[in-house]
Amino acid sequence: MILEILLRLVLWLLLAPLLPGIINKVKAWVAGRRGPPVLQLYYDLARLWRKSAVLSTLASPAFVAGPAVAWVALAGAALLMPLGPAGGAVSFRGDVLLLVYLFAVARFCTAWAALETGSAFEGMGAAREVSYAVLAEVALITAVLSLSVQTGSVTLVTMLAPATGAGAVLLAGGLFAVLLAENCRVPFDDPNTHLELTMIHEVMVLDHSGPPFAVILHGASLKLMLFAVLLSQAVLPVAELTPAAATIVLAGAVLAVTVGVGLVESLLARFAFRRVPLLLTTAFLLCLFALLLAWKGGAA
Amino acid sequence: MNTTVNLLIGLAMGLNLLALASSRLPSVIRTVAVQGVALGVMPLLIEEHLDWMVVLVALATVVVKGFIIPALLRRAMRTANIDREVEPFIGFVPSLLLGAGGTIAGVAGARLLPLLPEHAGTLLVAGALASIFTGFVLLIGRVKAISQVCGYLILENGIYLFGLLLIRSTPLLVESGILLDLTVGVFVIGIIVDRIQRAFDSLDTRKLTVLRE
Repeated sequence: MILEILLRLVLWLLLAPLLPGIINKVKAWVAGRRGPPVLQLYYDLARLWRKSAVLSTLASPAFVAGPAVAWVALAGAALLMPLGPAGGAVSFRGDVLLLVYLFAVARFCTAWAALETGSAFEGMGAAREVSYAVLAEVALITAVLSLSVQTGSVTLVTMLAPATGAGAVLLAGGLFAVLLAENCRVPFDDPNTHLELTMIHEVMVLDHSGPPFAVILHGASLKLMLFAVLLSQAVLPVAELTPAAATIVLAGAVLAVTVGVGLVESLLARFAFRRVPLLLTTAFLLCLFALLLAWKGGAA
Repeated sequence: MNTTVNLLIGLAMGLNLLALASSRLPSVIRTVAVQGVALGVMPLLIEEHLDWMVVLVALATVVVKGFIIPALLRRAMRTANIDREVEPFIGFVPSLLLGAGGTIAGVAGARLLPLLPEHAGTLLVAGALASIFTGFVLLIGRVKAISQVCGYLILENGIYLFGLLLIRSTPLLVESGILLDLTVGVFVIGIIVDRIQRAFDSLDTRKLTVLRE
């Protein structure tokens, strides 16, 4: 039991940094460049881990503790997330609420650590991140609610029994937009930009260095993978397949989501700030209509 | 049969919201055109046995709403030489939420109405109510004359959807009369838009409140 949990955690932690590499490869491929190797983030993490951290004289210990707590919260979320027929490593009634709260804790700690530096830029970035998260969280909770209404359960393992038809399309659209917003991908934020006026997530982590920065980067990739797995399982009936087929389907779906993110990133420009709430409201409405479909379908 | 109809009406509801959220005039016009085409093919799906009248109504609706009216509107935009921003009175997020609320209210309201058993399973009435409401929001909440015309067209799409319930009993003359009225209406509005632009140097309908000799 303990061994299985550990094994699964190691699997999550090892595979997660692959996804940003795939996204960058897709972007490079669309632009006709060769691009960085797929394993680039692993090299970056190893390099950052060997470096020493630069600490501001203003910062309290929370500057280092924040990223650590955020990373632990995300690793905990990875343990809750079921993987097809294998179920979740840890599972109990109402664990989906804990999942949502773990995401919130991770965000709070990153924003807190950003504020610890005492820099005006970090404060600005934290404010932006949190104000977008308010809207994205509503959409995420509505999506969770629609899954819950559809199956009449609040346990992740049994909840992820996908709808068919229009409901699944709406839910997929809404969750994909939430994935892009929560992971600071392109229509909402540009992960490559280093202009203070336009970036959101990157501002918050600007003053982090060394191992804390490595932890932040790894946590971000873990979050991306969590959302990709959640999206695939909310749409595809992975839990009903045999273990071998489920592994292939799940891996294929996560790969498809990642390539989709890369394509969106190559083909779209970042939206202006005042347009972002509109997009997040659209995501919320998609999830809301999926919820209504699940509700009405259940009553009829 | 019913699922295809419901999918098309769902698409029309989505297009309603898209029209509320678009910030550019050409995309609003395109949305209205796509909605016109989606609703235009509906009679072919609803009727079990096709006769020439139904096919004619569907064909005329698709051609007029999908191609002629959008072409007229684009022409009016080009000749009046206006910029493409929509300029809302009611912001995009509030109007989107209003539209979603209207759609949900439409679905809920349609279930309370005493419908014929063959219409009870479809979203026809719900789609009609939602489109009419969206049309009103666009008419009230937008500054420029052309986006108000688009609101009027969505309103008309809603009324047309309601009329589909009675397609057997409405004569061809009524259907063609409505289409002709609509085309002439948009044609006249195209000319008026040009006039407003020349007289006031903008299409802002707020400036049309003062009456002068």
